[in-house]
Amino acid sequence: MASHEMLTIQGLGVSFDGFKAVDDLNFLVDRNELRVVIGPNGAGKTTLLDLICGKTKATSGTIVFKTLNLTEMKEHDIVRAGVGRKFQTPSIYENLTVAENLEVSFPRGRTAFGALFFQRTADVAERVKQVAEEVLLNDKLEQQAALLSHGQKQWLEIGMLLMQDPELLMLDEPVAGMTVNEREQTAELLNRICKNRSVIVIEHDMEFVRKIAHKVTVLHQGKVIAEGSMEKITADPRVIEVYLGH
Amino acid sequence: MNLLSKKLGKSDWIGVLVLAAIILVLFPSVFSIFRLNLIGKYLTYAFVAVSLVLLWGNGGILSLGQGVFFGLGGYCMAMFLKLEASDPISTKIQSTPGIPDFMDWNQITQLPFFWKPFYSLTFASFAILLIPALFAFIIGVAMFKRRVGGVYFAIITQAVALILSVLIVGQQGLTGGINGITDLKTLHGWDIRTDSAKYILYYVNGGLLIGCVVFTRWVLSTKFGMLLLALREKEDRVRFSGYDVANFKTLAFCMSAVMCAIGGAMFTLQVGFMSPSFVGITPSIEMVIYTAVGGRLSVLGAVFGTLLVNFAKTFFSEEYPDLWLFLMGATFIGVVLLFPDGLAGVYERYGKPRLQKLIGRRSLKPEPSVGVAAFESGGKHG
Repeated sequence: MASHEMLTIQGLGVSFDGFKAVDDLNFLVDRNELRVVIGPNGAGKTTLLDLICGKTKATSGTIVFKTLNLTEMKEHDIVRAGVGRKFQTPSIYENLTVAENLEVSFPRGRTAFGALFFQRTADVAERVKQVAEEVLLNDKLEQQAALLSHGQKQWLEIGMLLMQDPELLMLDEPVAGMTVNEREQTAELLNRICKNRSVIVIEHDMEFVRKIAHKVTVLHQGKVIAEGSMEKITADPRVIEVYLGH
Repeated sequence: MNLLSKKLGKSDWIGVLVLAAIILVLFPSVFSIFRLNLIGKYLTYAFVAVSLVLLWGNGGILSLGQGVFFGLGGYCMAMFLKLEASDPISTKIQSTPGIPDFMDWNQITQLPFFWKPFYSLTFASFAILLIPALFAFIIGVAMFKRRVGGVYFAIITQAVALILSVLIVGQQGLTGGINGITDLKTLHGWDIRTDSAKYILYYVNGGLLIGCVVFTRWVLSTKFGMLLLALREKEDRVRFSGYDVANFKTLAFCMSAVMCAIGGAMFTLQVGFMSPSFVGITPSIEMVIYTAVGGRLSVLGAVFGTLLVNFAKTFFSEEYPDLWLFLMGATFIGVVLLFPDGLAGVYERYGKPRLQKLIGRRSLKPEPSVGVAAFESGGKHG
């Protein structure tokens, strides 16, 4: 393949009743890269993820994942192509156990009839165990997901995404509401799982960003105002003015 | 709650066996054929209640139009039986012999084209299963692909129930109108009005109902069932895990429609007629109430809920003819207020611990603490 970009976004825009949440946005993510997107509230960070995963339809521009144009695809097809997305508030199935949450996310038996005749074979159990270990929940497999701590719920959702082994993983504020200790462990987790895939993380906690980011993109009013290494970003006067300064 | 029972595994089958014993052994040995036939009628409603456990209790999709599918199944059966009862000899006093009597009364002189295939029992049997499934499929695709859900879906299904019942009443010459299709006599020459036929039909009905109960439990135990629960909780998470949510909802809706239709067909056979009063809004909502009383997450609860409500209805209407509707209303309100998880919830809370003590711990293994916690939190989404 000529380009080694995982994700190429060009001229992306979306407006809600005339309000431009994302405006002429250009954005590239490489393979094996962990990119952090920061910016003040209302900068369009979550909207950007919504656009990539198909939750919101773009009014202009293109989103190319490898060679696929995501703007024309349905949500479930985007996921099947290899894009996983974690929501801002932990979005797990509280009435299922941890193991069941992971199993339901296993990428087989994805059609309605397929699910009806899905067999819980050894490789499924193996994968559940493996992922549970990865996200530090291996001793909680039989626990009702509702009973997990907030941080563990965040991990579980990341685990549910890992079950699908996505090539592009998008995480919306993965350490929100976590203890210092949990943040530490999440940083290690993210550094582990960004091997062989690209990861986009939205985060506010600059301490955490410093630990994980390969490159940082700063959004403001739907536009990219700065992009580069952590050092470069923190020294950028515009970034300090709109985001870091307060 | 459902998860709890799912984990108990083997004791599930005990529940099904108890239900089978009650329906197939206890009732026939205790009640006269008149009462038994009445219970058979109630059990046909239980098909709908079971279908709602799948669709509403587990899938979170509230359909207020299940009477439509019950009615479609019932009408398909009734059309076959009516044609058999309308042979030229027994209808020779009509101005057009050989067509159903209500057509003759409405000055129709030829059998309408869509009635003709119903001369065949094979066709009628397939129609009972496939017409409701197809209808559910069309509604399902139209609604779920457009992401119509929740209250809006409930209202639309209710509108469909109203439209269909109005249509049936309005097209009297084609459908028998408000009276429905009556005077049904034989099934392939077998008189369905005799006591022995009523016994046989009761057992067939009971067997089919238990079949539906087992089928629903199986569906709920598969990944499909797990996903139904999942999408009731977090539809977006399911969608963004690579599932086409609309297809899952549509399949669940079609399954529930087929179950209702089997119930409807058995109703026609046992009661001997079918009328629009089983299609419209009132019966559709009443059937939701059966499920709510039984506990909407419990397949067995739905059957017992249906029986309880109908027993109460019969008892109140026989004992207090003036007051019975008020008493029924009070019962519903009481159940919903006191036992939000229905009969199944009452059993889980009070019945089961005692039963376990009674049987001893050998046959029913003690629940893990997680299960207990799940039960406690079950009230929230129950």
